[in-house]
Amino acid sequence: MTLSANLSLILPEVILAVSALALLVWGAFQGRVTAAFTLASVAALIAAAVAAVMGPHGHAFNGVYSADAAATYAKVAIFFSSAVGIVLGDRWLAQRNDQKFEYAVLVILAALGMGVTASAGDLISLYIGVELQSLALYVLAAFRRDDAKASEAGLKYFVLGALSSGLLLYGSSLIYGFAGSTRFADIAAAAHDAHGVGLLFGLVFLICGLAFKVSAAPFHMWTPDVYEGAPTPVVGFFAAAPKLAAMMMFARVLGDAFPDSVAQWRQVLVIAALISVFVGAFAGLAQTNLKRLWAYSSIANVGYALLGVATGGEAGLHAMLVFMILYMVDVTGFFACLQALSRDGKPMETIEDMAGLIKERPGIALAMTAFSLSALGLPPFSGFWSKFYVFKAALGTGDVMMQWAAVLGLVGSVVGAFYYLRLIKSIWFDASKGAVDAPAPAARAVGFAAALFAFPVVLVALIWLDPAAKAAAAAFGHA
Amino acid sequence: MTGLLSLTTFAPLAGVAVLLAVRAIRGDNAATDNLAKWITLATTLVTFALSIVMVAQFDAANPGFQFVEDFAWFAGLHYRMGVDGISILFVLLTAFLLPICILASWTSIDKRIVEYMICFLVLETLVIGVFCALDLILFYLFFEGGLVPMFLIIGIWGGKRRVYAAYKFFLYTLLGSVLMLAAILAMITIAGTSSIPELMAFKFAPWLQTWLWLAFFASFAVKMPMWPVHTWLPDAHVEAPTAGSVILAGILLKMGGYGFMRFSLPMFPNASEMFQPLVFTMSAIAIVYTSLVAFRQTDIKKLIAYSSVAHMGFVTMGIFSGNAAGEQGAIFQMLSHGVISGALFLCVGVVYDRMHTREIAFYGGLTNRMPWYAATFLLFTMGNVGLPGTSGFVGEILTMTGVYQVSTWTALFAASGVILSAMYALTLYRRVMFGEIVNPELKTITDLDKREILIFAPLIISTLVLGIYPNFVFDLTASSVDALVGAWRAAVAG
Repeated sequence: MTLSANLSLILPEVILAVSALALLVWGAFQGRVTAAFTLASVAALIAAAVAAVMGPHGHAFNGVYSADAAATYAKVAIFFSSAVGIVLGDRWLAQRNDQKFEYAVLVILAALGMGVTASAGDLISLYIGVELQSLALYVLAAFRRDDAKASEAGLKYFVLGALSSGLLLYGSSLIYGFAGSTRFADIAAAAHDAHGVGLLFGLVFLICGLAFKVSAAPFHMWTPDVYEGAPTPVVGFFAAAPKLAAMMMFARVLGDAFPDSVAQWRQVLVIAALISVFVGAFAGLAQTNLKRLWAYSSIANVGYALLGVATGGEAGLHAMLVFMILYMVDVTGFFACLQALSRDGKPMETIEDMAGLIKERPGIALAMTAFSLSALGLPPFSGFWSKFYVFKAALGTGDVMMQWAAVLGLVGSVVGAFYYLRLIKSIWFDASKGAVDAPAPAARAVGFAAALFAFPVVLVALIWLDPAAKAAAAAFGHA
Repeated sequence: MTGLLSLTTFAPLAGVAVLLAVRAIRGDNAATDNLAKWITLATTLVTFALSIVMVAQFDAANPGFQFVEDFAWFAGLHYRMGVDGISILFVLLTAFLLPICILASWTSIDKRIVEYMICFLVLETLVIGVFCALDLILFYLFFEGGLVPMFLIIGIWGGKRRVYAAYKFFLYTLLGSVLMLAAILAMITIAGTSSIPELMAFKFAPWLQTWLWLAFFASFAVKMPMWPVHTWLPDAHVEAPTAGSVILAGILLKMGGYGFMRFSLPMFPNASEMFQPLVFTMSAIAIVYTSLVAFRQTDIKKLIAYSSVAHMGFVTMGIFSGNAAGEQGAIFQMLSHGVISGALFLCVGVVYDRMHTREIAFYGGLTNRMPWYAATFLLFTMGNVGLPGTSGFVGEILTMTGVYQVSTWTALFAASGVILSAMYALTLYRRVMFGEIVNPELKTITDLDKREILIFAPLIISTLVLGIYPNFVFDLTASSVDALVGAWRAAVAG
């Protein structure tokens, strides 16, 4: 394969890498953030998404990198989510007179890392993608360096993230040692021939490292603190695109490198998934801060998505891919709403702050109600459909463990329902605590758009999202 | 006429759109509120008219589904609607009760009126959708979606402990429903279709039926509600505003009974037969135990709520008797209870609006000041007791006849419930209505006004008409019920 053929396969990443560097230079010379700068960074992400859709499919650099339907699917979502993250973050920082050009550059670098992980065909490229993404995210979490909580969030995130990277590397080295290659295709061949204990040992470490990245229990401890401390738009970004990227890593490693060891890794994933669902549900009950609450909600939701991965095969990955997109829209919208709200210049972040919001800001209150109901999994909101896919896949395996896991997961969702109801109760039933400031227009627009997607647009959107995710799921296992 | 079902189902949503537009244009003020009431009333009346057209065009001789609409959706799901003899009358009942609910809220709801009206209209769409859906997932959408408006109705416009009651209502029903969702997903995977008519013909393995039946039972038994999972109902009723209670007792509870007839019986016939003794026992306990509990209540609404549980006991045992009399009786009992219990809650609402208390001890001697009200209350009390000539009688006697053929003991206990219902209902009537007025606050209480008479008139008429000429119902349901019973017998025998 010629170099140009290889480069054409990784065109989205090339676009992002070049744009990030160019923007860095531009920003350094200009010294301040202009509308043109933000627009250019958004344009770079959209160009990368377009390149991912239009580009050819194939394996670049001897299988280190795969451009296939799954990668395209994930990249389009990741790049768009990152673009939204740039716009919202830029507005948020502008409101605080704290605009820094590094913000957009960091988001693009993170998106680049996520793009690489989504396309990884080799443990090395996977690790490079993970680290690029994580390093950018550590800095973003602590982006408001004068804020003690933000610094704390960044530091915690960094220390625990570094630990998880260590686990990931250790697992990778074990796998390399026992399989004799870092390429997923070779690992799959080695694992097919012999289920060596060493390989599985490495795989378990790898799964632990990835579980850290997606914040699945029991590796979830960093999530609530980071969510609480980091700037709201950054959290909205954190909770969306990197989660999808991390789920893609799971899918890549398990679907491409260990497709024949389903029975082995399923047990690990089912346990992690169920613990996540119940930790998310029960720990969420005690939260009053909405960012922490949504951190636990994200832990529970990751549990559902992992249930889809644990199901394995086309149906399970299909479910996970649909789930993640619907979840990303929900969570982006929710944090956009949170970002839009303030009272006397102070952000509204607790459940009590939302009291009587329906009187003060009916539009945003309705949107937040929609997100809560969606997260609760109530039909016909998008959260119901995401659970519909996951549980249908899990129940369809014919594996008794998966079926019980699905039933338990459903029961866990009822526990979680209580805290979403608490938010709805506060918004609708309680008396208002005073006027709310005029909402930030960009954040409000994103919140409304996401709410409209949660219902009713999702009922139509699924008609094309469903086959797209199906095609993407079919692409795994051909590394 | 195709499209009639969708039109009836979604007509209330058109009203919602109009309400939102009016609110946006005219702002939040008293004139808007007044207009909103009229718009909502008109919408519910149009929906009622559409449902009458539907019943008029319904071919009673055809046991299958009619007015069927079918469009492919995604992931193998369909937007599939249709009604048969079992479901069509519930659509009519829903459309009939909604205008009454709106009229009953005319003056008693004084805050956030536009939102209130929107909740009721959305609820109407969802409930009609439940009875019309012919796709499992579509059914689940409507079934679960109804939780939200009802949660808001109880939580915003309810009484003192409204938040507790709203949570309890929501979480109880949700827990039941997620188990049903698991069963639904399993059924779709196993049978490869989500079409209700196809699933009714599909034969699930008997061991599988047991599990699926239990999962559906968890949901419908809570919804019904059956003893011992009925405890959310009295709280929800007591705290809900009057119209909320009417819709809860009149329509939402019927979704449970409808679910048993649409899913449990035809799709899991062997499991239904196997669990028949369980259902009979639970029904008998419900009838006797909750009647006794009702007797000891001090709150009028709570008393009627418990009596609802007892009356639903007749429905469940009728449904699982598996013969035509039991099924017909169950359908009839549900329709009749929808009208009578709705009317009783409205009766409570009348005095509550005036005195703002529902304590039985507070009242007494109302006949002296409120003769029209006393007469109305008497009629519905008699209907509740099951006096021949009222609709309450027909349902009880038929379900008991049906059950008697299967289990004499259950019929015996159920019959004792008739006596118990006379005991609590007549005691309530005596304590509230008869005697001299002792409480000085009651000296100025006024009789029914024109609006209230307008509300009660259709309810009185339907109670009497159904009691005297029940064939109106049986003509419509007979062929579908025969098909249901025939299929069940064949499945159980084979």
